[in-house]
Amino acid sequence: MKTTLRPAITLFVLLSVITGIVYPLGVTVLSQALFPWAAGGSLIIKEGKAVGSTLIGQNFTDPKYFWGRPSATSPQPYNSIASGGSNLGPTNPALVDAVQGRIDAIKTADPNGLLPIPADLVTTSGSGLDPHISPMAAHYQLARVASARRLPQEQVAALIRDYTEPPQLGLFGEARVNVLSLNLALDGQTKK
Amino acid sequence: MTSHTWFFLVFYILTLLLVARPLGNHIAQVTEGRSILSLRFCSGVESVLYRLCGTRKDEEMGWLQYTIAILVFNVFGVLVVYSLQRLQFWLPLNPQSIANVSPDSSFNTAISFATNTNWQGYSGESAMSYLTQMLGLAVQNFFSAATGIVVAIALIRGFARHTVKTIGNAWVDLTRIILYVLLPISLVYAVFLVSQGVIQNFSAYKNVTTLEVTKYDNPKLDASGQSLKDEKGAPVTEPATIQTQTLPMGPVASQEAIKMLGTNGGGFFNANSAHPYENPTPLSNFVQMLSIFLIPAALCFTFGRMVGDTRQGRVVLIAMTLLFIVMAIAAIHFEQQGNPRLGSLGVNMAAGNMEGKEVRFGIGDTGLFATITTLASCGAVNGMHDSFTPLGGLVLMWNMMLGEVVFGGVGSGLYGMLLFAIMAVFIAGLMIGRTPEYLGKKIEMFEIKMVSLAILVTPLVALVGTAVAVMTADGVAGIGNPGPHGFSEILYAFTSAANNNGSAFAGVSANTPFYNVALAIVMWIGRFGVIVAVLALAGSLAAKKRVVANAGTMPTHGPLFVALLIGTVLLCGALNYVPAIALGPVVEHLMLLSGQ
Repeated sequence: MKTTLRPAITLFVLLSVITGIVYPLGVTVLSQALFPWAAGGSLIIKEGKAVGSTLIGQNFTDPKYFWGRPSATSPQPYNSIASGGSNLGPTNPALVDAVQGRIDAIKTADPNGLLPIPADLVTTSGSGLDPHISPMAAHYQLARVASARRLPQEQVAALIRDYTEPPQLGLFGEARVNVLSLNLALDGQTKK
Repeated sequence: MTSHTWFFLVFYILTLLLVARPLGNHIAQVTEGRSILSLRFCSGVESVLYRLCGTRKDEEMGWLQYTIAILVFNVFGVLVVYSLQRLQFWLPLNPQSIANVSPDSSFNTAISFATNTNWQGYSGESAMSYLTQMLGLAVQNFFSAATGIVVAIALIRGFARHTVKTIGNAWVDLTRIILYVLLPISLVYAVFLVSQGVIQNFSAYKNVTTLEVTKYDNPKLDASGQSLKDEKGAPVTEPATIQTQTLPMGPVASQEAIKMLGTNGGGFFNANSAHPYENPTPLSNFVQMLSIFLIPAALCFTFGRMVGDTRQGRVVLIAMTLLFIVMAIAAIHFEQQGNPRLGSLGVNMAAGNMEGKEVRFGIGDTGLFATITTLASCGAVNGMHDSFTPLGGLVLMWNMMLGEVVFGGVGSGLYGMLLFAIMAVFIAGLMIGRTPEYLGKKIEMFEIKMVSLAILVTPLVALVGTAVAVMTADGVAGIGNPGPHGFSEILYAFTSAANNNGSAFAGVSANTPFYNVALAIVMWIGRFGVIVAVLALAGSLAAKKRVVANAGTMPTHGPLFVALLIGTVLLCGALNYVPAIALGPVVEHLMLLSGQ
C-alpha cells in the first residue's frame, strides 16, 4: 500500500499546484497583459461610472427603450448573480401563460403592433442575461421607440443598422443587435 | 436545416478531423514515453515529479496495481474537493464571503467532478469561492480527464502488446498526459477565450448602475432565511425596485478551457456555456464545440497508430462521425420546428424554439452544441435542454443512452466504443460459429464477461435510479414540470449521472439530500464500475498470444465492420432504454401534436 500511497499523495499535491495555482495565475497574467478590458468583464464606462457590460444584458420595460429578451432569473430579471433559464418544458401551461403575458405587455406598449411577434421577444434566454435580440425583433420595436422619443423613424432605423453585428467573420452565429449599446446610443442622440 | 447549417456542419467536421489527426499522433508519442521536442521545458518538471514520488519512468504495473493507483488518485480528488467546499468560508480567495457548502451538496459535487460528470446541483456564482473553483473543481477537470485518457491508453496497450503481464505505469501516464497534452492546449485556449470576452481575474463582483430601474416582486423571508408561504403555498412577495446589477467575476477562462477540452462540462456559472462571460461570441462557441470532440477524435488516431494499423482507428472514427451527423441533423431539425402552442398565440415560429436559447447562437449553433455535449459526455450547455421540444430533448437523452461512445468523454468514449467493437465481433462470431478475434486477440469468456459488465452497469444504475426516484416522495418532489415532462426530467438526471454526462433537464430541483446522494452513487458506479472492468480486460488482453489473421478472420477495418459497430451500439441502446423513452418524451410529443 505504501508503494501506492506515496506516489499518489505526492503526485496529487504537485499536479494540483501546477494545474490549480500556477496555470490559472499564468492565464491571468497573460490575459491581463494582452486583453485587460475583456479579462475584466468588458465594462462600459460613462463619465467615470460603470453602467454595464457589453456582454451582460439589462432589463428594459420603458417604451422609449428597445426591450431585450425576457429573463427568467430571480428574484429580479437580469439578476447577474443568479444566471439561468426558465427550464419550462414545451408543454408546460406556465410557459404558454408567461408568453401570453409578454405578448399582452408588448401590445399595451404599442397598440399598433402587428402579429406575429418575433420569438426572441417573448421567450426567455438560456442565461437570463442575453445581451442581444435579433434584427427582426429590433425592427419590430422601431415605431414604438421612435414615437416615444419623437425621433424620425429613419434616424432610429439607421441606429439599428449601426448596432447590428453580422455573423462573426461572416461565418459564425446569427446577426444580432446589442440592446444595451443601442439604448445607450439612443440616449446619446436624444440629449443632443 | 438551412443551407448555412448544412455548410456549418460540414465545416465543423472537416476542421475537427484536420486538428484531431496531428493531436492523435502527439498523444501516441506522449504515451510511448518519447521526449517531446517542442515541450522540452516540461521534461525537467517531469523528472522532478518522478523523483519526489519515488517512481521510475520505466517501472511497469499489472492491471490490478494500475487500477488501484487510479482509484486511490481519484478518491483523493473526492476528499480534497469535499474539504475545500466545507471550509471555503475560512480559506483565501473568497472576496464575496461565500458560505461553506452543505455536506450533501459537497459530497455530490466532489463525486461529480472526480468522475468527469460535472453534474451541478449548486449554482457556481453564488455557492463556490474562487479557491474552490480553481484548486478544487478545475484541478479535477484535469485529473478526471487524464484518468479517462490513461484508461483508454491502457486498453489500447492490451491490444498492442502480447504475452506480457503489464499495461503501463499509471503515475507516468497521468503525469505525461497532463503536462504534455492537457496543460499546453488549455493555456493557449484560455487566452483565446479571453480575447473573445471570457473573464479572467480575481476581483470582487462589480456593481454597475443600470439604465432603467427594475421593478420586481421580492420574496419575503422569515427569520431563518426561508421564503414565507401563504395558506395556498404560494410564496409571499413584496414589491421592490433595484437599479444595480452585480456582475460576477473570477478566473473563468482558465477553468473554461479545461472544462471543454476534458469533456468535463461543469460551468463556472449556473448558466454554463449559455452565460455570456463563459461563451461570449459565436466564434468562442465554435471553438468550444470543437474542443469537446477534439481529444475523443484524436484518440481514434492514437489507437490506430498504437495497434499498428491506422485503418482500425479510422473505422471507429467513421462509425462515430456517421452517428453524430444523424443526431445533429435530428436535433437541429426538431428545434427549428418551434413550439406549436406558442405559434398559435401569435409568435413568429420562423426562428424556431427560442425558449432557453441565446440569440447569438440561434437554433443551429444551440442544436449542434447540444448534440455534441450529450454525445461526448461533456454536459456543458449553451441553451437549456429542459426547454427543448419533446423530440429535440429525446435526441439529447438518446445520445447519452448510447453509452457515451459516439466520440464520448475523453478516453471513456474510445474505451466504451472498443467494448462495443468487441461485442460486435462476438455477435458476428456467433453468427458464423467461429471464435471471435479482434486485433489479433482471441475474445474468450473472460473478455465477454468484462465487456457485458461494462456495457450493462450504466443502464442498470440509470434505470434503477429513475425507478427509485419516481417511487419515493423525495424523488417526485424535485420535479419542475408537470406531466410526462416531469418523468423525463428524472430519467434525464439519472441517465446523465450514470453515463457521466452532467447536463440536466435543469427544472428538476436536485440540490436536496435525496438527489445529491442518489446521483453521487450512480455517478461513481457508472464511472468506476466501467473503468475496473476495462482495466481487467486490458490486463487479460495483454497477457494473450497474438494470433495471425487467416482466411476465416473477420476483417475489422472495412465498411462492413462500420455497419456492424453502428448496429451494435444502436441495438444495445434501444434494448435498454426504449420503454423508458416511450413514457417520457414520446408521450409528451403526442400531447403536443394533439393540442392537449
